[in-house]
Amino acid sequence: MHTELITLEGHIIDSLTLSKVLDILVASGVDYEIRSFRIGKSHDETSHAEILVIAPDEQSLQRALHEVQQHGAVISQEDATLQPAPQDGVFPEGFYSTTNLETFVRIEGTWIPVERIEMDCGIRVTRTESGWRAECVPLHWARKGDLFVVGSAGVRVTPLPRREAESVFHFMGSEVSIEKPKTRIVQAVARAVRETKLKGQKVLFVGGPAIVHTGAAPYLERMIRAGWIDVLFAGNALATHDIERALYGTSLGVALETGVPETHGHEHHLRAINTIRAAGGIRQAVEKGILKSGIMHACVVAGVKVVLAGSIRDDGPLPDVITDTVQAQDAMREAIQGVGLALMVATTLHSIATGNLLPASVTTFCIDANADTVIKLTDRGSHQAFGIVTDCAFFLKELATQLCGEA
Amino acid sequence: MTRVLMCPPDHYDLRYEINAWMHLENRPHLPLAARQWRMLYEQVQRLAQVELVSPAPECPDMVFTANAGLMVGEKAVLLSRFRHPERQPEEPHFRRWFEEHGYTVYTVPEDCPFEGEGDILWAGERYVAGYRKRTEICAHRVAAEYLGREVLSLELVDDRWYHLDTALFVLNERTVVYYPGAFDPYARRVIEEHFHTLYVIEEEAMRFACNSVVIGNTVLMPEGCPLVTGLLERKGYEVIPIPMSEFIKSGGACKCLVMFLER
Repeated sequence: MHTELITLEGHIIDSLTLSKVLDILVASGVDYEIRSFRIGKSHDETSHAEILVIAPDEQSLQRALHEVQQHGAVISQEDATLQPAPQDGVFPEGFYSTTNLETFVRIEGTWIPVERIEMDCGIRVTRTESGWRAECVPLHWARKGDLFVVGSAGVRVTPLPRREAESVFHFMGSEVSIEKPKTRIVQAVARAVRETKLKGQKVLFVGGPAIVHTGAAPYLERMIRAGWIDVLFAGNALATHDIERALYGTSLGVALETGVPETHGHEHHLRAINTIRAAGGIRQAVEKGILKSGIMHACVVAGVKVVLAGSIRDDGPLPDVITDTVQAQDAMREAIQGVGLALMVATTLHSIATGNLLPASVTTFCIDANADTVIKLTDRGSHQAFGIVTDCAFFLKELATQLCGEA
Repeated sequence: MTRVLMCPPDHYDLRYEINAWMHLENRPHLPLAARQWRMLYEQVQRLAQVELVSPAPECPDMVFTANAGLMVGEKAVLLSRFRHPERQPEEPHFRRWFEEHGYTVYTVPEDCPFEGEGDILWAGERYVAGYRKRTEICAHRVAAEYLGREVLSLELVDDRWYHLDTALFVLNERTVVYYPGAFDPYARRVIEEHFHTLYVIEEEAMRFACNSVVIGNTVLMPEGCPLVTGLLERKGYEVIPIPMSEFIKSGGACKCLVMFLER
């Protein structure tokens, strides 16, 4: 059983807040016990109830708590419980597992914001000269003796704001849009990108190789050269096929001009990788004048921060690819600092990997021809993501036009 | 004598979109807005003493003084803590005005949005309060403590009625006029259990019929609301229609432009 003690205070009888909260608990499939109850004797005196919420699992508990908090229920005023990590890379038993929502922990009566929030991590608490500090850390950052929050007492999570009616995304209803006016949605994405840049935040682009295969690379390239993208996350494939395109005019051996497979074209990508390896890396290839166009060239020229994360089926890989996944995650963690908006286009693997790292406050768009990718992303906790089910070439062409004008 | 706070619309404009009514492509006609504000001001002045706070150039919505705060005593105010960063710059200006005029200024906790008389309305021996759109319910508890009165919390469920005062006004200690569609079923029950009620239809609610100022027997109401006007006139109230089109573009009307300092 998963339980949490909540308190409800105020004019909760006459406002029917108590009835509403109890109804919500029942409707959420959780049980409750009223632990204590004090009724205000006069109109100006408030009432106070302590309710123990009892849920069959943590998920139902969190869902029910999230709901009732909107109506003024406050979860325990206890301090967070801290336990030392038993060894390097291991959290203490019963550690609090984070969400990607803004989170606070209560230490010595003060709510402290958790820094660098990301889902599926622990909360490390340290005492500094200026007071307590709480930070979100992945498992492998834990060092023996570090203090971690255990249990959910003394932890408070801020729910995502409701989507406002004026937002163009509101009318999508569901977070995944299939049958919706695409051009208007792309306009709204462009507007969000502009607003992000105006706020001085960074724009992150996460892309898959389909961008190159479908001939959409030039659109992305335009946006990079125009300075709209600050950070690029991808794998070996996007970079390789982009470089193949730059060096041979093909993607996976298919001529992008004509759509016809070229003789020995299947070797092009490996030859491209070899060329870059010989040069010592993408930047070196650009500096030596070997690589003269394409997405990766644009990134080097425009000073875009690039993280290429490897996977088991990679050919080569390019020397820039980080093949240790834990190191790659850390590089991505570092690169997302200051990001206000993420565009995830045509990649399931990298979208989910990035979604795992992003705070829910980052405006996230997931664009894929396949609705499953978008659903997978939100199912894995990136509830802030707006899904747009469409062909990536259409999307990027339209977005580039919106942001950079007609080509 | 009733005293109210208003803010001249010198810097009124629509520069951002933070509610369902605001659209940057539908900006108010500013000279007309100034005339409409003047009309309201002259009507209010007939009935009450009007204090003016100086408008600040960086605060296009400061004209909506109902959101400055809530009186919690004869010379005490609970200052608003705006939900949207766009309106937060108004807070120091209102604070300064209250302090300069001898009010004790109280505030709500930092993580607890509260938008003043926009969301908490006097209703005789108790107050009615809206939440979930702009003000959070935590602010109701704080207000109840300062007021020493019962505060009935009402959940707002339609983004068009984002402040309580866009969907409900208190006619007298026993009667409220409201648009039921803006509230959840619990809130509707609470209203029905505590007050005599008059209903506003959606069409007139869209013309901000509920955003009316009641002073004594007079109701200053945005024009174009014949049904509710008829209901009120049958009850012996004088209804004065005021053109408010240019403020409705920002999601406000008569009541939003007026904060009560003394009843």
